[in-house]
Amino acid sequence: MTAQTNPVERLDPQTRRHMLRSMIEVRTVEAQIQELFLENVIRGTTHLCDGQEAVSVGMAAAISPSRGDTVTCTYRGHGHALALGLPIETMMAEIMGKAAGSSKGKGGSMHLTDMRNGLIGTFAVVGAGLPISNGAALTAQIRKTGAVAVAIFGDGTANIGTFHEALNLAAVWKLPTIFLCENNLYGEYSAYEDTAPVANVADRAVAYGMPGVIVDGQDAEAVYAAMRSAVARAQAGDGPTLVEAKTYRYRGHSRTDPASYRRAGELDQWLRRDPIMVLADRMIADGELMQEELEQIGQTAVKSIEDATKWAMAQPYPALDSVYEDIWV
Amino acid sequence: MAILTYREAVVRALDEEMARDDDVIFFGEDVGRAGGVFKVTPGLWETYGNDRVRDTPISEAAIVGAGIGAAITGMRPVIELMFADFAAVTLDQIVNQAAKMRYLSGGQITVPLTIRAAQGGGVGFGAQHSQCCETWFMHAPGIKVVVPSTPADVLGLLKTAIRDDNPVVFLEHKGQYAEKGEVPDGEHLVPFGVANIVREGRDVTIVAVQRMIGVAMKAAVELEKSGISCEVIDPRTLVPLDMATITESVKKTGRLITVEEAVQAGGWGAEVATQIADHAIWSLEAPIVRVTLKTGLIPFSGPLEEYVTPSKDDVIAAVRRVMET
Repeated sequence: MTAQTNPVERLDPQTRRHMLRSMIEVRTVEAQIQELFLENVIRGTTHLCDGQEAVSVGMAAAISPSRGDTVTCTYRGHGHALALGLPIETMMAEIMGKAAGSSKGKGGSMHLTDMRNGLIGTFAVVGAGLPISNGAALTAQIRKTGAVAVAIFGDGTANIGTFHEALNLAAVWKLPTIFLCENNLYGEYSAYEDTAPVANVADRAVAYGMPGVIVDGQDAEAVYAAMRSAVARAQAGDGPTLVEAKTYRYRGHSRTDPASYRRAGELDQWLRRDPIMVLADRMIADGELMQEELEQIGQTAVKSIEDATKWAMAQPYPALDSVYEDIWV
Repeated sequence: MAILTYREAVVRALDEEMARDDDVIFFGEDVGRAGGVFKVTPGLWETYGNDRVRDTPISEAAIVGAGIGAAITGMRPVIELMFADFAAVTLDQIVNQAAKMRYLSGGQITVPLTIRAAQGGGVGFGAQHSQCCETWFMHAPGIKVVVPSTPADVLGLLKTAIRDDNPVVFLEHKGQYAEKGEVPDGEHLVPFGVANIVREGRDVTIVAVQRMIGVAMKAAVELEKSGISCEVIDPRTLVPLDMATITESVKKTGRLITVEEAVQAGGWGAEVATQIADHAIWSLEAPIVRVTLKTGLIPFSGPLEEYVTPSKDDVIAAVRRVMET
């Protein structure tokens, strides 16, 4: 793994601390969710994002939902939703199918939506969110709001038609869309290199006349910097950017996948560049963080997620009649 | 009253709604500078400019997706898919995304999107450019399905579609674009879910849409000469479907025929028939007959296409069959 874009700016201690806390929260939530699945408290399936947290928090820190910025993401979306501000309680309740869930229990883990924080959809069909982000970008362009639309997707999406259609349309219309690829090396169970003929997803950008930027997806500040550049380009009216964050999924594709197809030593190699560790080490080196504080942040996260889980578990399931609601306006 | 063609009614509806509401935007393949491949949308690009009327690449999924995204974030997009058959290319965006986003978000999302497309045969375009696709969308709860039959209905229903906060699939019959009809002066809106009784009658209820209304009417005129009185009903929208009007009619006539320019299995005629069986079976004096394409496939050759498509004689034969029972 090579990082071809280094951080272009050092973030202020407050933002760094926020990103660190957010990454630790995401990691802790994912561990909790895995446990709840194994205990059968949660049904269906889930796609955890451990290892990819820097992409979520770097992206979230670089955009502004209050300006109208929007995000679409994939079914591996817990981290993005939390980083954007979806409260842990309502997310846990949603994943448990409870009435108090952010989508009243109708969406679940694969369909988190949080309009208040700019998350206009989590898409469980590969590639479905990209064209829709273009539409949000179109609104911003017509209304001249200065907002950007971020479409987050995986490396597997680079092989589906909507990726190509969406990048092409965004480029032709110079839409303020930012295509953020989380290349975690695997599309479901298949390795990227076995399913794509080019070394990088970003290499495909040239076909659509837009910059293709490769960024170290384990470094939240690097992701932030790349996203800020893409935001600036979009706001200048220069059109879309394809950002490829090189990252890694610590767990299998979904709950039932032990990821036995991974090459020996691969996981260990990536764990050495854990995104939480990368940022924490830098903050410690810069004298912004003490080891004890790091532990304290971890303990606080565990406590708040335990509380959120207890709260969500105590919530009632939705009334059966609610199945008839929210179909039509 | 003005006389407009079916085609002119489309552009009038778009023009009126775009003039009324800046949030209405319109895009699709060749719809701007060229005015559409069916010459349905001339002048809009000149009037409203490149921001609000746009030509797109040939990318149906990108078109529908952009429509959804714009709709979610506050616009009222109208998009064109050219041939309705091409909806198959972007079915995920329509049936999985547009239709379900409100539901999956627990009501957080609203998708006020109108998807226009031209459907139907009779023009020699073959099996991939001639289908009536309305039933494809009836299986996606969350989407309204509109099938206008007259210029007045095109105008009134398209304006209603644009103002509706749900995704609407608005299917125009390409074989009817040149048909003329009276259109009321002033603001003309036609509500969804209200069938039009095109012709009143005593003996048989015939339910049809679009081009098949004309076929049914010709059959009705001829049957009248032999003393058989047909009531012809145009539902105008299939979702929502005005079963109350159809049921009331069947209770009066005791006989039901549906005429579809589409595949028989799983068609809207089957749905109408089933609902009548549920709610009015004791009013029936004869079996329900569905007149549909003789095969699901539309051949290219002129005589073959004409043969598979429901004709006046097919409808007359169906009526005579139920009258004999």
